[in-house]
Amino acid sequence: MKALGTPEVRELSYAEAIREALDIALDRDDRVFLMGEDIGVYGGAFQVTGDLVEKHGPDRVMDTPISELGGAGVAVGAAMTGMKPIFEFQFADFAALAMEQIANQAAKARFMLGGSVSVPVVMRFPAGSGTGAAAQHSQSIEAWLGHVPGLKVVQPSVPEDAKGLVLAALEDSDPVMIFEHKILYKMKGHVPAGYYTTPIGKAAVRRTGANLTIVATSVMVWRAIEAAETLAAEGIDAEVVDLRSIRPMDRETVLESVRKTGRLICVYEGVKTLGVGAEVSAMVAESDAFDFLDAPIVRLGGADSPIPYNPQLEKAVVPQVSDILVAARDLTGGRI
Amino acid sequence: MPETNIPYVIRAYRPSALKEALMKMYLIRKFEEGAEESYMRGLIHGTMHLSIGQEASAVGSCMALTDEDKITSTHRGHGHCIAKGADLGRMFAEFFGKETGYCRGRGGSMHIADPSKGNLGANGIVGGGFPIAVGAALSAKKLGTGAVTICFFGDGAGNEGAFHESLNIAAIWKLPVVFVCENNGYGMSTSTERSTAVKRIADRATSYSMPGAIVDGNDFNAVTEAVDASVAWARAREGPSLVEARTYRLRGHSKSDRNRYRTREEITQWMERDPIPRFADLLIAHKVITRKAVRDLEDAAAKTIAEAIEFASASPDPRVEEATKYVYAERVPA
Ligand SMILES: Cc1ncc(C[n+]2csc(CCOP(=O)(O)OP(=O)(O)O)c2C)c(N)n1
Ligand SMILES: [Mg+2]
Repeated sequence: MKALGTPEVRELSYAEAIREALDIALDRDDRVFLMGEDIGVYGGAFQVTGDLVEKHGPDRVMDTPISELGGAGVAVGAAMTGMKPIFEFQFADFAALAMEQIANQAAKARFMLGGSVSVPVVMRFPAGSGTGAAAQHSQSIEAWLGHVPGLKVVQPSVPEDAKGLVLAALEDSDPVMIFEHKILYKMKGHVPAGYYTTPIGKAAVRRTGANLTIVATSVMVWRAIEAAETLAAEGIDAEVVDLRSIRPMDRETVLESVRKTGRLICVYEGVKTLGVGAEVSAMVAESDAFDFLDAPIVRLGGADSPIPYNPQLEKAVVPQVSDILVAARDLTGGRI
Repeated sequence: MPETNIPYVIRAYRPSALKEALMKMYLIRKFEEGAEESYMRGLIHGTMHLSIGQEASAVGSCMALTDEDKITSTHRGHGHCIAKGADLGRMFAEFFGKETGYCRGRGGSMHIADPSKGNLGANGIVGGGFPIAVGAALSAKKLGTGAVTICFFGDGAGNEGAFHESLNIAAIWKLPVVFVCENNGYGMSTSTERSTAVKRIADRATSYSMPGAIVDGNDFNAVTEAVDASVAWARAREGPSLVEARTYRLRGHSKSDRNRYRTREEITQWMERDPIPRFADLLIAHKVITRKAVRDLEDAAAKTIAEAIEFASASPDPRVEEATKYVYAERVPA
């Protein structure tokens, strides 16, 4: 594929991009190893680890029993004592079983021990709705973990960042939680070859615009971009900010955009109430950017409901492109 | 005992009950096949976990239960549901996400429940049923209902912390609960040898001072005899016990399984130990039923399933405006 003298441009799926990051990490550092349920010969429930076990062997791609508290906790202990484990939850929802080790141990160890230990653990969470998997296999729980000081929480929306954030997480000396949206796994995009990192805590402007800022996370970035294309045809020029990291959150990029556009919609799949959008809105409301607002801030989040099984209901409880369009038209009053 | 040559179930149950049990096993098999086919035809959204090959443990375990007795089930729960008397039309309707389904289309395959028959539900969380079963047994004890709870679980689920905490609580409070392990040799792709330190899950019962037994889970007679004894033990206020039924799932774990962790030979060997013909042969040998009547039962089961699918297909979807109904007893404004 690669022609002489031209930079390599490759398309990988989001899942392949993560696999490539894991592969590079396993090659680069003997301390890195993977743990999770059915990540070996099965290749992971979403085929993210794929055939890594064939290359790196079962001592570095370790199938755990169905023991989330034990598995995640063992990763925490190994991270405290010199290893660099990457723990895969089969579904983000199962983090509920491991919350003790995540929130009480991993997040707090450095602080409680007065800075004398680090917990450089990485955890990966296949999250989100849209697969007909119902209430216990579809949640977007990033805000649960985002509420715990000591953790870092990221949500890549494109394959390039999925790879770069895994590698950045491994360089970080604190616990990093990576939320991967299940319906993004097959999505393809440009992914640079080789080693690189995507900074944690830095948002990305995916589309520039003058009339309206849409701050989005994960799969909602794609819905926001799609909405922005439609809005452009109506004369509404929307800027799309991909938050990428919800803790730490990139305050400056968001405020900068709002100062420019004067309007803000936050769109995220997690439950709207007490969620990521509340934080983004408050961040703006508490800052000088508030003075630049020409209209109230709008949050579009998941309904206050578990995810239903029926496909129409499942769609109805999380923001869709049409919801963003309605909100954007409403906010701009059709006139800019 | 003088009658030891006569199998337990023939001694303990009337022919009508045994024929009904065989019918339920056929219904489970045809239900799963119907579900598989509906999935192929795009009528089912999401995934599902089929229990083909595990019919004897589901039906055998429920033989001594009444509608007052409870069960908690698993992600592989269609068989348990049918064994506990669920309506097949409403089960299919739930699969199809319809308002007439057991969960009004909100739950799907992994959440089918029928509290009116004592079925507290399948569960999307492996091991989610353990403490709930123990809680149901605690209620029965406090309320003095005499009801027993059966907690179905897989070999893989026994490695969740909830298993250990729940068995200990059930034991110290002497609660009327029977833990039935359907050991099919694998939790998804991970064999019990790789996942579990003990060779026999029943050995774990000893750690919690309760009786534990192992049976051939594809032998209806063996399952029923062991679980009936456990149910009687619980009813006699002797406390919890554990039965490990050794079985096999003939299909993949779920719709995404490529069966890379087991051999075709292994699957074929287990096909030869299919629990349904084994039970049918036992009933024929003891003149409970004729071969012709067995065929009629199987045909009747297929017909019931076809009708159930028809009912489900013709049923209405839930109303989108009611998507968030049932989150609370009353709708609470956000
Ligand atoms: C807490 C939790 N962890 C993991 C899963 C994913 N999962 C669903 S079923 C299953 C295997 C369960 O094995 P077992 O208990 O032996 O039951 P079987 O599937 O063999 O019937 C796994 C890992 C889950 N649903 N819940
Ligand atoms: Mg199993």
